[in-house]
Amino acid sequence: MAREIGEVILDLKNISLAFGGVKALTDISFDVREHEIRAIIGPNGAGKSSMLNVINGVYHPQQGEIVFRGEHRRDMNTHAMAAAGIARTFQNIALFKGMSVLDNLMAGRNLKMKCNFIQHALWWGPARREELEHRRKVEEVIDFLEIEHIRKTPVGRLPYGLQKRVELGRALAAEPSMLLLDEPMAGMNVEEKQDMCRFILDVNDQFGTTIVLIEHDMGVVMDISDRVVVLDYGKKIGDGVPDEVKNNPEVIAAYLGTQH
Amino acid sequence: MFYRETGQFKTSYAADQQIFPIRQDRVGIVLLLAAAFVVVPLTAGNYWFNAILIPFLIFALAALGLNILTGYAGQLSLGSAAFMAVGAYAAYNFQVRIDGMPILLSFILAGLTAAGVGILFGLPSLRIKGFYLAVATLAAQFFIVWCLTKFPYLTNYSSSGVISVPGIEMLGFRFDTPQSRYLLVLSIVAVLALLAKNMVRSTTGRAWMAVRDMDVAAEVIGIPLLRTKLLAFAVSSFYCGIAGALYAFCYLGSVEPDGFSLDMSFKILFMIIVGGVGSILGSFLGAAFILLLPIFLDISLPWLAGLLHLPFDSATVSHIQLMVFGALIMFFLIVEPHGLARLWQIGKEKLRLWPFPH
Amino acid sequence: MQFFLEVLIGGLLSGVMYSLVALGFVLIFKASGVFNFAQGAMVYFAALSVVGCMEKGAPLWLALILAFVVMTLFGIATEKFVLRKMVNQPPIALFMATIGLAFFIEGLAPLLWGNEVRPLDIGLVDEPIAWILDNWNMVISSFDLFAAGLALVLVALLALFFQYTRIGRALRAVADDHQAALSIGIPLQHIWALVWAVAGFVALVAGMLWGARNGVQFALTFTALKALPVLILGGFTSVPGAIVGGLIIGASEKLAEIYIPPVLAGWFGGNFGGIEGWFPYVMALLFLLVRPEGLFGEKHIDRV
Repeated sequence: MAREIGEVILDLKNISLAFGGVKALTDISFDVREHEIRAIIGPNGAGKSSMLNVINGVYHPQQGEIVFRGEHRRDMNTHAMAAAGIARTFQNIALFKGMSVLDNLMAGRNLKMKCNFIQHALWWGPARREELEHRRKVEEVIDFLEIEHIRKTPVGRLPYGLQKRVELGRALAAEPSMLLLDEPMAGMNVEEKQDMCRFILDVNDQFGTTIVLIEHDMGVVMDISDRVVVLDYGKKIGDGVPDEVKNNPEVIAAYLGTQH
Repeated sequence: MFYRETGQFKTSYAADQQIFPIRQDRVGIVLLLAAAFVVVPLTAGNYWFNAILIPFLIFALAALGLNILTGYAGQLSLGSAAFMAVGAYAAYNFQVRIDGMPILLSFILAGLTAAGVGILFGLPSLRIKGFYLAVATLAAQFFIVWCLTKFPYLTNYSSSGVISVPGIEMLGFRFDTPQSRYLLVLSIVAVLALLAKNMVRSTTGRAWMAVRDMDVAAEVIGIPLLRTKLLAFAVSSFYCGIAGALYAFCYLGSVEPDGFSLDMSFKILFMIIVGGVGSILGSFLGAAFILLLPIFLDISLPWLAGLLHLPFDSATVSHIQLMVFGALIMFFLIVEPHGLARLWQIGKEKLRLWPFPH
Repeated sequence: MQFFLEVLIGGLLSGVMYSLVALGFVLIFKASGVFNFAQGAMVYFAALSVVGCMEKGAPLWLALILAFVVMTLFGIATEKFVLRKMVNQPPIALFMATIGLAFFIEGLAPLLWGNEVRPLDIGLVDEPIAWILDNWNMVISSFDLFAAGLALVLVALLALFFQYTRIGRALRAVADDHQAALSIGIPLQHIWALVWAVAGFVALVAGMLWGARNGVQFALTFTALKALPVLILGGFTSVPGAIVGGLIIGASEKLAEIYIPPVLAGWFGGNFGGIEGWFPYVMALLFLLVRPEGLFGEKHIDRV
């Protein structure tokens, strides 16, 4: 990995999350360092998406603490987390189906837009300049992800693989310092996966973005991540560099199943 | 052959972002505006102004307002007529109670009043979604009309709630001919339509559409939900309010609260369904369609009945009108949910290729 | 105090009538997920069909059967030609389609049967019950009481039907998930036909009672609108909820109409009648703010 891994920027301590009687996460603690690629893996239902939702502010944990860039946050809302530089993609694509690719990406930059609706209505000076400036930035992302040919297409009409790429684009358009990716390669064929891997590595490499990703494909995870966290039934059962985790007997048991 | 984009390359983002990027479209809109502002006033008769053009423009404006709220921001509203009523009565009160009030200022203040009321009834939208929200807007529709009939202050103590508006005068010029009223309404609607178009293709519009398409995701990327929804209610009610003021001042001349009934709200909803939800052009097409349809039926049904030797009377015409409206709504929702605006787009795409089939 | 009780009971009884209309909504929503805005129009159509048939000389029982057949056929046609074609669209679009359907029926019914107001005689008289009047000095109509009783019986039957019979379970399965229901062999077409038939029957009963009370006229269609607050309070999928919601709306509406205007007149002067026009909706609105799924409805969880 070309980037030097920095200090801890996200520290999760003793996070517990429950929905009614169902415990999604129990006493989970791990950290994420700047510029690294951190993978969260585990069997289905282990609580990986819930973990991401907690980091992002979509779910609020009943217990535990989150420290992001030195600030203690427990009950942060999604808006504040977005403003703090965290962007994410979703397991089931959460694009705005009625809008074009370009509009979706421009929407990703909305926190950086300062003009109000009256200025937009009048379309003079500041509003126009702002729109063009952000358009330029978004075009850089479009270039980077090689989606120029579909920029005006409504995303609802795109094939699944491209939709996932556009969703990544919308997250990148926000110029985040930390990117949360929820199964970015789910449902893709080998070529698409390779492309996506390349994009993720490039993002980490060129922009230094810290990446936390959930992924099922072991090959991908072992290949591209710096460190891995393993969850099973809402508990942490492994944490370390890929090689360590691969040989951890508990992890192997969770995936292959053992006699209980 | 005529409608081609060849040779029209966009070399800057600014050029790409124009409202009418294709040269033929630009020519078309210039011609349309010229026709509307110059040719029509010189050639059309009073019937056309009073019965067709002026109400068309006014309802197109109201449809525009509803489209912003329901089509772009995804908040279903059944109360647009009530906001028109607020605008009408507010404009009346401002004009009549304050001496020397410029009429345009009355209109703007009326719009702002309607916007305020709209925000109030939009507050529930944070907790309530979909057609639960529609029921909340029904509350607005019934409550507002009731208020206007029960609080005599609002109707300047007229005995039946009916208000007769004074004539319009601006800078010494009296707008008392159909032509002058038509030009006034046309100018106001044209300006507001341009502002609306600008808003919906900017960040404001994108925020609205994001909230419509998936509000959870919108929140995650930092769009403030309540503020976005309330803005949609405010702008939409502003437009409906001005439409209501124009309805009173430039069209009917005298209005009563029951004239802004649930039926009218449905009519405006039908306009955006038929015309195209989420489309500025659709608001105009839908308004034209829904307004012209009764006139068309009034003319064609007697002739048709005569042809088939069927008995009927005026009540029959209104019954058939309801049936046709209902059938049209169902038809459009099944066949082309994006309405006439989409059909127009498809037509243009076919025109691009003409005379080749594909 | 007696007057209060009288108003309260009167409100409760008229609330039961609202529940009847709301029931039709609940049935169709439970079985097909469609909110049928045209239910009120269906009530009107059913009532109009009955008086229309009777005018042509049919006895009451025959008119009822004919009307029921017409309603069922109409429901099946609606399902086949309108709803099935809109399967992929969002619920809002389906709702708007039923608004279109309502308008269509509102035009068709008077076209077929004429639109004069007609009385409907089903053999009941709208008179105060003598012994209540004598003993407690309260005016409670025997008609209202009968209507309430009939509605309660109907609701009880429907609730039992849904809960304990095979067909009822099938209906609930279909409402939950069409695909899954198909995959376990539930014949969707038959189910929907059955649902619309039952909804049509409920509309017929409601139409009869409302028509006998107020005369068969166009205003019947507005009962649909009143059913909306009932559904919000009771939840869209609950049969007992429709009853409870109807009772609450009926009672509160009448009480508000009697007791609020004098207060307002005291503050502002003037006449403030007509509160029942908007009071149920505002109540529903306030209720939604506190409990968006209604008293008995199911909580909706958004999965991200």
